[in-house]
Amino acid sequence: MQREPFVVRDCALVAMATGRKAQTLKELRDQLREVEEVSIYHHFWGRLLQPQFDEPEYNNDFAAWVFHHLHHQELAERLSVVNPTEFPSMDAVRDELVEIVERELDESEWVAYLRADRAFHFVKSQIVVFDTGIVLDTPESLRDAVHKMSSGNIFYHFIDARRRTPMGKDDFSAWLEGYGERYRGLIESLGSIDPYFSSLEEIRNILEEIFSRHLGEES
Amino acid sequence: MSSSLEGYRAVTGNEIVDQLYQLAKPLKGIRVLHVNSTKEGGGVAEILRKMVPLMEGLGIDAQWEVISGDSDFFECTKGFHNSLQGKQVTPSDELLRHYQEVNSENADKLRPLLEEADVVFIHDPQPLTMIQHVPKRKGKWVWRCHIDVSKPHRPVWRYLKPWVEQYDASVFSLASFAKPLNHPQFLITPSIDPLSEKNMNLPKKEVDRVFEKFRIDRERPVILQVSRFDRFKDPIGVIEAYRLVKKMVPLQLILAGGGASDDPEGMAVLEEVKHAAAGDPDIHILHLPPDAHLTINALQRGADVVLQKSTKEGFGLTVTEAMWKGKPVIGGDTGGIRVQVYNHYTGFLVRSPEGAALRIRYLLHREDKRREMGERAKRLVRENFLITHHLRGYLALMINLLKGGDYHRIEVGV
Repeated sequence: MQREPFVVRDCALVAMATGRKAQTLKELRDQLREVEEVSIYHHFWGRLLQPQFDEPEYNNDFAAWVFHHLHHQELAERLSVVNPTEFPSMDAVRDELVEIVERELDESEWVAYLRADRAFHFVKSQIVVFDTGIVLDTPESLRDAVHKMSSGNIFYHFIDARRRTPMGKDDFSAWLEGYGERYRGLIESLGSIDPYFSSLEEIRNILEEIFSRHLGEES
Repeated sequence: MSSSLEGYRAVTGNEIVDQLYQLAKPLKGIRVLHVNSTKEGGGVAEILRKMVPLMEGLGIDAQWEVISGDSDFFECTKGFHNSLQGKQVTPSDELLRHYQEVNSENADKLRPLLEEADVVFIHDPQPLTMIQHVPKRKGKWVWRCHIDVSKPHRPVWRYLKPWVEQYDASVFSLASFAKPLNHPQFLITPSIDPLSEKNMNLPKKEVDRVFEKFRIDRERPVILQVSRFDRFKDPIGVIEAYRLVKKMVPLQLILAGGGASDDPEGMAVLEEVKHAAAGDPDIHILHLPPDAHLTINALQRGADVVLQKSTKEGFGLTVTEAMWKGKPVIGGDTGGIRVQVYNHYTGFLVRSPEGAALRIRYLLHREDKRREMGERAKRLVRENFLITHHLRGYLALMINLLKGGDYHRIEVGV
């Protein structure tokens, strides 16, 4: 049976200001309620393709801001464990963030008066997708191709795919599904990767290891 | 393949270079015009000198034009620069009238180019109001603001805002600089060119030669700040920090910088700095010509500690340059320095001469930390602040303006 090849694509992000900012926890809650969903997405995922230090202490920008500029470690920890892969949509992630912040505001009087030494600026990003000219015909060629993939390739096929495809899956798994049960083990291994706690480079290394394990050593 | 771009593969890696070729495909043949106000001196001219040939190498018909103005014009625009960065000054009505006249004259001179370009990048406030004199413009106009406008003097921002809003988009270096405006505001950080004279690798003997030329003792520690002689760069604060450290450590300070043709205050600030130095033979004030790139490169490589103690900073390319040479930087806790200097990881952020002095002493004392932080600093620049990344930002922005609109995703050539 003739199957569709896997077309490798790349992407770049264009970051844009939203004009929204928060200086206190109350303002953060209010802005979280109203800001566009793409901005919440940016502060969880888009940051992976933005300038950042390579050993972040917190996994989303909200938690990092609460820690570094509101100096509230406990709340930062609570915000940091919000794993967007466990929610059906970014709107559901938004609800969870608002709930955590709201609970903190309800329970702690002092925090309501806490003012950050720097404001949180809400940013959104547009994704520009482009072709790489690389087309893979067999799953085995994925194994050889993945270690040459750019951060943009990994972001597009492993992160962005989850909001782009109807089943919310990464592109590799979706393509391998087309081969029936033959690659079931590989698909399950891909499904076990939690991208939230890794940089794009780390995700690429994990993918390399999984593809090598399931598809044999590199040729 | 562009030979000028191919040279970057060895430094930046293949990934970003391949991306640039792909991203530029839908932009081949478009006419792009950059306009600023100085050919020499300052970060904007340095970026454009490299950015324009790289765009040309990708098949884009890119040009760079510099507006002309007299001393009154630049006095007015320096006033804008100072007040947009928070100083409470407003240029006189007479200077403002002159500013408008000079913009009108320059628009007349550049009219055919301005009318025909597909994308026009106007850099900073100097050429900002040309837009009103080009009603038959056919392309997209972008205002690229390189300065820290997070807390501007309100009357001056109110004066300039109506012209900014005539543009199709603006670009700021950081989200905190963006303003409430009626058009999209893109966020793109500036960059350095790793292959330029100022940033390329240098043999040790070249570094030694420069230090000998300025009679700087290599046996004692050297701290350095490279920047225009501008009050926002706080050279006096650097001298204060040096004096605090010198009580404990026998060190030397180099304050190196030149002027820019659009900065009329440089000489006055230089005199203030000389006065503050009070003839100390260990303070070396080097007023360098705008093309002293190799000298600056050597000074940055040979210094033990590099400072950029600015009180306002759009981005701070001298920070990027020093970090690229593996130096941790002690920087003012402001503007673009904050996205480069990660406190305790790639350098230190300070808010006072005392803070700077403390960190200078620490770094001079801990060579191991200096090396460790310097390595991290270099990696951060390689991954984020080289001209190839900057160019990618501009290409993506132009795709957005010419092909995209307000969608969250644009697919080109797929």
